[in-house]
Amino acid sequence: MEDLTLLKIELYKKMLLIRRFEEKIRQVYSAQDMKTPVHLCIGQEAIAAGVCINLRKTDYMVTNHRGHGHCLAKGSSPKSLLSEYYGRITGCAHGKGGSMHPVDPENGILGTSAIVGGGIPIAVGTALASKLRKDGNITVVFFGDGASEEGTFHESLNFASLKKLPILFVCENNLYATNSNIKSRQPNIDIAKKAQGYGLNGVVIDGNNVMDVYNAAKSAIEMLRDGQSPSLIEYKTYRWFGHVGPDYDHEKGLRGEEELKVWLRQCPLKSFVDQLLKDNILTLQQIDEMDNEMDETLNDAISYAKSQPYPDISELYKDLFYEGAI
Amino acid sequence: MPWTRVNIDEVSARDFLNKEGLRGISYKEAIREAQHQLLSNNKDVFLLGEGIDDKGGVFGTTKGLCDIFGSERVMDLPIAENGLTGIAIGSAIAGMKPIFIHMRMDFLPMAMDQIVNHAAKWFYMTGGRVNVPLVIRSIIGRGWGSAAQHSQALHSMFLSIPGLRIVVPSTPYDAKGLLIEAVNDGNPVIFVEHRWIYDYIGYVPEEMYTVKFGKGIIRKHGNHVTLVAISMMVYEAMKAAKILESQGIDVEVIDPVTIKPMDEELIFDSIKKTGRLVIADVACKTGGVGAEIACRAVEKVFNFLKAPIKRINFPDFPTPCSPVLESAYYPNHNDICSCIKELIDGK
Ligand SMILES: Cc1ncc(C[n+]2csc(CCOP(=O)(O)OP(=O)(O)O)c2C)c(N)n1
Ligand SMILES: [Mg+2]
Repeated sequence: MEDLTLLKIELYKKMLLIRRFEEKIRQVYSAQDMKTPVHLCIGQEAIAAGVCINLRKTDYMVTNHRGHGHCLAKGSSPKSLLSEYYGRITGCAHGKGGSMHPVDPENGILGTSAIVGGGIPIAVGTALASKLRKDGNITVVFFGDGASEEGTFHESLNFASLKKLPILFVCENNLYATNSNIKSRQPNIDIAKKAQGYGLNGVVIDGNNVMDVYNAAKSAIEMLRDGQSPSLIEYKTYRWFGHVGPDYDHEKGLRGEEELKVWLRQCPLKSFVDQLLKDNILTLQQIDEMDNEMDETLNDAISYAKSQPYPDISELYKDLFYEGAI
Repeated sequence: MPWTRVNIDEVSARDFLNKEGLRGISYKEAIREAQHQLLSNNKDVFLLGEGIDDKGGVFGTTKGLCDIFGSERVMDLPIAENGLTGIAIGSAIAGMKPIFIHMRMDFLPMAMDQIVNHAAKWFYMTGGRVNVPLVIRSIIGRGWGSAAQHSQALHSMFLSIPGLRIVVPSTPYDAKGLLIEAVNDGNPVIFVEHRWIYDYIGYVPEEMYTVKFGKGIIRKHGNHVTLVAISMMVYEAMKAAKILESQGIDVEVIDPVTIKPMDEELIFDSIKKTGRLVIADVACKTGGVGAEIACRAVEKVFNFLKAPIKRINFPDFPTPCSPVLESAYYPNHNDICSCIKELIDGK
């Protein structure tokens, strides 16, 4: 098969993994034994998949409170993430962090802040380290439209541009910060435009079209590897479920159902699958097989996570300070 | 007295209120009512905060207020705590009375520069010419794996900043009265709420009233040990006192109500009577308000102390996520009981 075909299948698999992973969480959440606040990214899968497929294992990736998809796309294992959400000792943060604070150093994920805007300067810092150490890595940082309102965002863009750091800022503009619409929080100016003001390449892309997502990230990342200016890509998208938890917002009267329906029609998976079928890249049967396989993998991961031991109470008093010698 | 009473559970609260024919509402409703009345009675008062106009209304405390008063007086904000605290300060020095609302206390560090370097210093720095009538409401979270960045209680961090008031209401009555007092006070006030007592019910008069800063309350009288309890720890303290009573230990429970200013005299008088001091707080131990109270007791009533001072706190660690670690992290009335028993037994 030609490279582009393989790439498309890979992209689809990544999106499928994220979608099914989040759906599994929705299914199990009502049992009330996954005791961690979950911020689902269903509806936004194309961005995680389309950006991260351009990354190397050693590249850094900084995510935020809505980070399940980013970690999966960067290569984290569903088992270690789910064990963490279930508060088990074998979770990626040994049960200390939960859903909001994933970590996976082997895959370039050095920890996660759930403070809005908290991760942006930290990502600029990992990019700075790459520049100083000439390690050839780049950093990708994911954040929401809300985070672009924090001072840290502006301070970070200024510095990254000034020092020409190898960083790609990825703003997932899903139009909301909790239940506040972006119109009540920002003047009607693209976030990408603000990046241009700081001398970065700023572009606006449809975040639900995975090939567009991929292509934009690819060229921005190629520029970084080439030592050129950093970029910010603003991906327009929409989160289908509540800010936190497994429920729809319209069921609680928080957002309109009409608005959701418009975005459901732009499902990043559905439109891509249709394209793959049309182009004869995948058959219906293959898609079904992938689906079943994914389901099995994730059921396994859930069972695995639930079978893992809880941390011993003594763990409470560990990890405050690094005890090794540098 | 009905307004100093702590109801440790809903049944006893309802019984008491029915028997006395008193109006009872929850802690969160008390805060909402205070804001409703403040907005109605003073056109300079306005509320601002992230998501305060949404349906849930900051866990119910601002529910419906935007519909009543409009989005200029109940203002949703961009996510920009530091800058917006500065903006609130600016509006305050120019005559407004802002109440800035944070869903979690963990977001206050974002605004530390404006709170510590600006709000707290402004009146002094201007030689007493320009005051800052700013109230900052924040809520301590807990549970469901809230973890390290969504469950901090940072009230003690502000203790060493001159120029701030720190208010830690435990009852619905105090929550309403203190919030009204905070707006009237004319100084920057850190108003510290606890999410776990939001549904607790107690007597709250319908009319506006104030609860003065710097006046603590004896929630239960006793002779054997002085137990100072902060915020929701007042409830754990009352439960512990009840258990210990049946074992012949007579605990005096003191709620300081505000920790800055602090009602030292009330605490000292109690120590003079009991000779023993225990402080229970909803935060980590080191450098906390317990340390401050203990030190003042040693400075002022050392000769009356018959035993070492004890503290009940969270361990000096960030909050873990895992439910098993989380439940080990939080002390409760049982921990208070064993601490006091050891103290009385001289262990
Ligand atoms: C400094 C800070 N303020 C407020 C919050 C509460 N909070 C958590 S997520 C969130 C909204 C973030 O919106 P956005 O950046 O657009 O990300 P999204 O949730 O839409 O993915 C808010 C206000 C927080 N975690 N940190
Ligand atoms: Mg958003």
